[in-house]
Amino acid sequence: MSAAISEPEAEAAETSVAVKKPAGGGLGRYVLVRFLLIIPTIFILTTLVFFLMRITGDPITASMGGRLTQAQLAERIQAAGYDRPLLVQYFEYMGNLLKGDFGTAVSDGQPVSNILLNYGAATVELVFYALIVAFILGIPLGMLAAYHRDKAPDAALRILAILGYATPVFFAGMILKLIFGVFLPILPISGRGTTQTEYIMSGVVSPTQIYLIDAIRIGNVEVLGDVLAHAVLPAVALGVLTAGVFLRLVRTNLIGTLGQQYIDSGRSRGISEYRLVTKHAYRPALIPIVTVMGMQIALMLAGAVLTETTFGWQGLGFKLAEYLTARDFVAVQGIVVFLAIIVALTNFLVDVIAAFIDPRVRY
Amino acid sequence: MSTPDNTSQSPDDKAKKSWFSRLPIVSHLRQSVGLQRGMLITGLILCGIVLICAIFAPLIAPYGFNQLGTAEGNFGSKLPPGGTHIWGTTVGGYDVFSRVVWGAQTAVAVIVVAVIMSIFAGVILGLVSGYLGGWLDRILVVIADAVYAFPTLLLALVMSIAISGGQSSAWGGIAAAAFSITVVFIPQYFRVVRAETLRLKAEPFVESAIVLGASKPRIISKHIFRNATRTLPLIFTLNSSEAILTLAGLGFLGFGIEPTSASEWGYDLNKALPDVTSGVWWTSVFPGLAIVLTVLGITLVGESMNDLNDPRLRVRRKAKTKGTKSSKDVKASQAATSSSDNETAEAN
Repeated sequence: MSAAISEPEAEAAETSVAVKKPAGGGLGRYVLVRFLLIIPTIFILTTLVFFLMRITGDPITASMGGRLTQAQLAERIQAAGYDRPLLVQYFEYMGNLLKGDFGTAVSDGQPVSNILLNYGAATVELVFYALIVAFILGIPLGMLAAYHRDKAPDAALRILAILGYATPVFFAGMILKLIFGVFLPILPISGRGTTQTEYIMSGVVSPTQIYLIDAIRIGNVEVLGDVLAHAVLPAVALGVLTAGVFLRLVRTNLIGTLGQQYIDSGRSRGISEYRLVTKHAYRPALIPIVTVMGMQIALMLAGAVLTETTFGWQGLGFKLAEYLTARDFVAVQGIVVFLAIIVALTNFLVDVIAAFIDPRVRY
Repeated sequence: MSTPDNTSQSPDDKAKKSWFSRLPIVSHLRQSVGLQRGMLITGLILCGIVLICAIFAPLIAPYGFNQLGTAEGNFGSKLPPGGTHIWGTTVGGYDVFSRVVWGAQTAVAVIVVAVIMSIFAGVILGLVSGYLGGWLDRILVVIADAVYAFPTLLLALVMSIAISGGQSSAWGGIAAAAFSITVVFIPQYFRVVRAETLRLKAEPFVESAIVLGASKPRIISKHIFRNATRTLPLIFTLNSSEAILTLAGLGFLGFGIEPTSASEWGYDLNKALPDVTSGVWWTSVFPGLAIVLTVLGITLVGESMNDLNDPRLRVRRKAKTKGTKSSKDVKASQAATSSSDNETAEAN
């Protein structure tokens, strides 16, 4: 019903776009073009990161500068090839990246790609939990706020959302640790599991490194409970932060669609208020929401770095902070470049989903 | 986020008001009612407190930010709040209250330097790139888009490694942090100003300036600049709050400013992390609250300005509606519905 009314508008928008870009083309073409656009993005970011990291000098001096003699340093720099012209090193680095080789960490000699594989899963798991928290809290509360626009519930929710945004994730984490770990000791405050769980996990055959999946696969309820208990505080700390953003996003966009005429006409036909908000108004508001959510997931990775450090969650962010302290810039560069690639891919996926939902995006 | 709506202010309306009431925040305060006014005022008060702390830190703080004791001896480590140290002392033996007050100075210094630098760079690049177009424009857009998609904290980390090798001295540390944040924010100003410039380029007044023989620098600096920068106060506030969070994040990851050279809230929280497990709450709660309240203040101001600029979100005064005002509202809401499609697209 509502679609029939809003159709002319959509058509009008489509033709106005079509005048600008007569090329047209379906979803497949859009996905292909959008995918090809990732390549320059990743190329620029890796180039930028490479040269920025090298401005101050080679990674070996940065890491071992104080501990080795000049001669030893020079020897190691030569062995690693850091005495060659920067451009040669750059092309070698880019070539290796294409082969999936992110270099070797200076401090512990591990290949960076191994670090990414071993610790990446933990970060994915954390972001996944946090997203669940953010969705459960953010979207319904955003709907509530939009419906009661400028009334008391809206005011309270908006202030909560702004508070969620204003609180740095590590501070939120520390407060949660204080309350639920120290004053009311009911939840574990550090790590991904107890030592016993970690021991069982290390013995799992063909591990996915995602503890939730592994725990279900070995069918150990106790381990599963332990894994989930450890995830609560980090997920809430990171999730609440994002929930605030989702709440505001849903609210703003929903207010826009709730003011449209088709909502009034739906209401006059006796459609329930609940259905109007959750179905009729929410659907059209979804496109900007999905797009911004993509960027939020990217930002969550940065939040994960801080959350992991706060909770001793052994993921990529935790390792990143460790390597930063050790001044191991090869590992830092590898992790940062890897996260950049993930961010670019996530944004691509989100754009595709947005195009799938709304044909207008496809041009 | 940005609203192309300014139809609500007709030219003769503007002429009647003094320059003071047209200042961004003052005009917003006049427009606001009810909850929105409350939010704006709360925000302004919080910002005021932070500014006062920053400016008068030497008078407010009982001790220096790097002071470990008085003539009578050291303060001692992890003293609970009370007595001569109202907020207690840290593990390192600093006075928490003094560190928090001095931290305001660092935060304000970083925001001011970072935001001013990024406005300058972003606005100039956006104007030039948008007006001249061509290959320069294309390259800048691709770079800005790539940087824009990158998590700010990670980019700031890389920048701070590039600038200072991760080590920081007194003002060098503040400058490094500010500069790292600057680079992150340039694309945001760039995108907004460039989009506005593209739109303005096609306006009749620019064409007539070209016909009259005005030079490109003149058109950019006179005709377009004034019109393209209207939305900047809003981005300014949003960025300032992000700048504080980024600074705190850098500090928390150990890239902060050494305690001997300046006080920084994020760094203090990093040092307080182990305290939490043993129930020592005052070393983390106070610097943390300082961050929250500062960001809260700036965000409240920015949010209310955003709402007041957007006719769809503005709460209108119900009583005392003058004839001119209601016609303005009709115009504004028409503009809002016609441009709402572009807006949502732009907000992405």
